[in-house]
Amino acid sequence: MYKYDHIDRKIVNERVNQYQNQLDRYLNKELSDEEFRPLRLQNGLYIQRHAPMLRVAIPYGLLSSNQLYKLADIADKYDRGYGHFSTRQNIQFNWPKLEETPDILRTLAEVEMHAIQTSGNCIRNITTDQFAGVTHDEIIDPRHVAEIIRQWSTFHPEFALLPRKFKIAITGSKKDRALVQCHDIGLEFFINKNKKMAIKVWVGGGLGRTPIIGSIIKNELEWKHILTYCEAILRIYNLYGRRDNMYKARIKILVKSLGIEEFKKLVEDEWQYIKDGPNTLNIEELNRIGKFFSEPNYKKNIKSNLNDHKNEKAFGQWLSKCTNTHKNKGYRAVTFSLKETGRAPGDASSSQMRAVADLSNVYSFGEIRVSHEQNLILADVQEDKLYELWVKAKEHHLVTPNIGLLTDIICCPGGDFCSLANAKSIPIAQSIQDLFDDMDYLHDIGDLNLNISGCMNACGHHHVGHIGILGIDKSGSEWYQVTLGGNQGNFASIGKIIGPSFSAEEMPFIIKKIIEVYLKHRNEEEIFIDCFSRIGLEPFKNHIYSKAKEVE
Amino acid sequence: MTSQLIRDKKIIENDWITTELAIVDEIVKKQAGKVVAFKLSGEDYPGTEQVSKTTYRRKGKILLPLKVFLLHQNELKERLANKEIGIWLYTHEEIHNFIETLGDLNQFPIIAICVGKFADGRIFSIGNQLRNKYSYKNELRAFGDVLRDQIFFLKRSGFNSFLIRKDRDAKDAIKSLDDFSDPYQGASDISEPVWKRIKR
Ligand code: SF4
Repeated sequence: MYKYDHIDRKIVNERVNQYQNQLDRYLNKELSDEEFRPLRLQNGLYIQRHAPMLRVAIPYGLLSSNQLYKLADIADKYDRGYGHFSTRQNIQFNWPKLEETPDILRTLAEVEMHAIQTSGNCIRNITTDQFAGVTHDEIIDPRHVAEIIRQWSTFHPEFALLPRKFKIAITGSKKDRALVQCHDIGLEFFINKNKKMAIKVWVGGGLGRTPIIGSIIKNELEWKHILTYCEAILRIYNLYGRRDNMYKARIKILVKSLGIEEFKKLVEDEWQYIKDGPNTLNIEELNRIGKFFSEPNYKKNIKSNLNDHKNEKAFGQWLSKCTNTHKNKGYRAVTFSLKETGRAPGDASSSQMRAVADLSNVYSFGEIRVSHEQNLILADVQEDKLYELWVKAKEHHLVTPNIGLLTDIICCPGGDFCSLANAKSIPIAQSIQDLFDDMDYLHDIGDLNLNISGCMNACGHHHVGHIGILGIDKSGSEWYQVTLGGNQGNFASIGKIIGPSFSAEEMPFIIKKIIEVYLKHRNEEEIFIDCFSRIGLEPFKNHIYSKAKEVE
Repeated sequence: MTSQLIRDKKIIENDWITTELAIVDEIVKKQAGKVVAFKLSGEDYPGTEQVSKTTYRRKGKILLPLKVFLLHQNELKERLANKEIGIWLYTHEEIHNFIETLGDLNQFPIIAICVGKFADGRIFSIGNQLRNKYSYKNELRAFGDVLRDQIFFLKRSGFNSFLIRKDRDAKDAIKSLDDFSDPYQGASDISEPVWKRIKR
């Protein structure tokens, strides 16, 4: 993975000093709340319900074991012994003290981490595929360019105060796991007719209040132009994006109101001035960064011993749901579920963090990845060590075999923590997990994404959940709106609202009814989303809302 | 009182008088206009009446609102040649719409951009375009809601002159010009990215 040199280290240290100074001026009343706000946000610091929340950047979701140990230490020293992994592959601490935040940043800097641009109206953490580098359908490892864009976007002077936040995602494999069509800019790598690496550029996708699937702005961009082309897009957005209404300020609204053709024309005109300019990438830099992501020393001829344990059902379930094929024979990528029933989705205790770091040292070259589904991954585990790993990870409650299933819920912090929330989201996730605690039943239901957001901001990606739940506020009380048919990946779609909203108590039973309809209608092997596409919204609506049917 | 003006990393006296726009009844519209004055709405501010009613000093170095300059361009010719005339714009005004009438921007010894609110980051892109697209070489000034925490970014976006908001100390603000020593990306001040400047 990428290692800091003297340049990176200096920038992060200078940032800590700058932030310390800003905080001092705020505490001395030299800065007003309003003036301090954009400054603290650029540093991932929110003021929310109980205490400040600090969001720490995990660039494209990649962590070393040393970094994870440090995060565990921070959780113990400055928080209440746990952290929350977010849908942007970052980690959030919910209980730090404002005065202590510079100390946390200093501690992070020791292990090459920071909180730069994890919030605020700037370019946020670059996200990508959690299986980058190990999946067999990969065309190009997206982490090389992700790191290059990370550096380019860090303190980019022109894009420090955009109309609104700006998110970039990159994918390099056939199957898109990075949601490139739902980002402000989505970059999709491919090999062109001349066998050269090229990029398809998506723009103006996004979730939030007005969910929109992105449009293609460039079918084929040469890789060396990646930074200048992004710069042109961002400049047009910075100049013309709306600043009068924060709900209309994302680039998707600009693209939509101008139309993609007009928007593209503006971008291309602007690009002509900077194309081939100083920020044009060269092969030396691409290779320099690429070296950091070279393959570890994989062992050859690993003898699989999986058959020895084939009668152990729990292990079998875990094997089928929580491990992924690997491009190297004899290896698998293992996902540790942070969705055990009874815990807030995405939360990990400090002891779990240490356990995962230990396990990564023994079994996976000391590296960990965070997925946008809020789970932790060891990407390079030998098949003959899987059983051993499973036994050890079990002690730490990391092997719930529900990855990709109904209870692998993506869930934002919601009303328990977030001051923007309309409604709580964690208790809804927990009540659903409680109701669907039977592993056999869950496995029978099969692949199903359920996503929950506590408000329109859609941090829980509810629009693209096969089942989406959105907290809404109706004259001061908490209600939940349900959408069906959302999807992520290459066939991304936005879910359709099923009808009037429900109370928190009703929610698990509504989910149960949805599942009943699916089980009744599904063809053999047909997963939920395919069944939904075939039968549409009506059968679900009828079963949920018609009293007569209920009596039947 | 000490000066609020930082130029080329020094605090110096401000020798330019800024001409304010006339206050007319349109002021109500101004409030609305200012916030919705983005390209799509086509809202035009300052309006014609306001521009025509604006008066300016007949002598000395003055900074004129862009549209006021355009209105009086002919009678200002001589003073322009004497380097007595600069122009200033709001962040929503688009210089490229006037570029033909304005002619060579380098005939102005100074161009200033008024930023209404700290959070208005359009000013950075405007700086970049003036320096790179329009090859403007002379003094480029930011004024309005200009505080310590923008000016490092302003500097990198091509500004070399900063009029710090009245209630803040320019001596304090100037320190932040050195917040970062080796920025990653190429921009208007240092055009090459760090991987071209320094062996890594
Ligand atoms: S979706 Fe809303 S409630 Fe949930 S974390 Fe985001 S802003 Fe907060």
